[in-house]
Amino acid sequence: MKAAPFEYARPASLAEACGLLAAHGPDAKLIAGGQSLVPMMAMRLARPAWLIDIGRLAELQRIAVPADLPADEDGIFVVGAGVRQCVMERDPLPRASLPLLARALRWVGHAQTRNRGTIGGSIVHGDVSAEIALVACVLDAVLELRDTAGVTEVPAREFFLAPMITSIAPEQCLTEIRFPVWRDPGKNAARGCAFDEVSVRHGDFALVSACAQVVVDADGRCLRAELGIGGVASVPLALPEIGAQLIGLSLSEQTIDEAAAAAAKLLDPEGDLHATADYRRHLARVLVERVLRVAKADAMSKTRVAA
Amino acid sequence: MSEVKEKLYTVSIEVNGERREAQVTARLTLVDFLRDTLRLTGTHAGCEHGICGACSVLLDGLPVRSCLMYAVQADGCTITTIEGLAQKDGTPGALQDAFCEAHATQCGYCTPGMIVAAHALLETNAAPGEQEIREAIGGNLCRCTGYQQIVDAIKLAAAKRRGGSAA
Repeated sequence: MKAAPFEYARPASLAEACGLLAAHGPDAKLIAGGQSLVPMMAMRLARPAWLIDIGRLAELQRIAVPADLPADEDGIFVVGAGVRQCVMERDPLPRASLPLLARALRWVGHAQTRNRGTIGGSIVHGDVSAEIALVACVLDAVLELRDTAGVTEVPAREFFLAPMITSIAPEQCLTEIRFPVWRDPGKNAARGCAFDEVSVRHGDFALVSACAQVVVDADGRCLRAELGIGGVASVPLALPEIGAQLIGLSLSEQTIDEAAAAAAKLLDPEGDLHATADYRRHLARVLVERVLRVAKADAMSKTRVAA
Repeated sequence: MSEVKEKLYTVSIEVNGERREAQVTARLTLVDFLRDTLRLTGTHAGCEHGICGACSVLLDGLPVRSCLMYAVQADGCTITTIEGLAQKDGTPGALQDAFCEAHATQCGYCTPGMIVAAHALLETNAAPGEQEIREAIGGNLCRCTGYQQIVDAIKLAAAKRRGGSAA
């Protein structure tokens, strides 16, 4: 359980880090929190010749909230890729503007790993059961990638290609994640969200996870919905088509049940040592039901307060 | 057999209030640095890939797994190990006493990590509930106690720190 030898650099700026990446190409790996990379290196599943430490770069620590939420368009919540998960967890801003991410974070590893692990690190790692990646896909976040040539933007929904494989090039660094903040739902409606998962022990990789964000009016009618499922495909799966089908419907138990069944039907999960394919599909259906129910209740409790 | 020459890096890390400098290879984990280089063997190396929590230390006040970072990454940081949680004269601190009193140690392998995690909890929450205690030690595995005595010990230590009884 010891890593193979490597050389270490701690650049003082993002530009310098990108320069080092350009110089060493696929022989180099970026490290920030290292909560996934260090164990992979211990097991020698990863063997970079160079480790470039970006964990202290102030340029990657930005947290920016839209000042005023416009009534007619979504805002953008910018999270620097190097922001540690514990910082986002304790910051009151994400709880108010980006509650789905705030709820997902408590499922990410343990307090000890969240004290080191970063928001961006979890995304580029590309684990199919990663909570932050699922939230980025469900909310349709945009990722900013930088190299010496400049900046590229990639939607999270196109970033993940296969388990642990993303579209990031060896010389690119993820610099920030732009999460949409849904526009003000208006007087008689409110936003609600939920995240849930099943794992062998709390803090372990999720067998299956699901999350949803909805806007419902005081009668329980759905005005907007996004949902997704993790751990059931080769990438974190956003299901915008299921969300779109809910719009205009009353989020009754029957509607929720039908949506969960429709979502489960779309899946073709793989079985492994931890869970069979059938069990994963079953969990997906149960978890989609749960998150839609909880997200609706969350929203309804706010419409009542507003009324 | 020829020995592979690895590049060495200078690190300066404050450990338990003392500035320690050393030349280390980049791949030396923080836990191996503490145990093998500094001979602070109170921190235990368990799984060495971030699952068991036995190697937990405080990094700038926050509990982290010392097997999941390299010593070079801790350059310039402040570390507190289990040795640093004892009293100045080396006798057990309040949490350590509570672990003895509540029979929260059996084989003792997880104990340093448990106490570090519990210490971090009590620093921010003087009166944690049972669920908060379980959450705080959720990343630390114990194969002996069934956890109940550990939870009891942390409750006891919290009560003692507040100056009251454990009830």
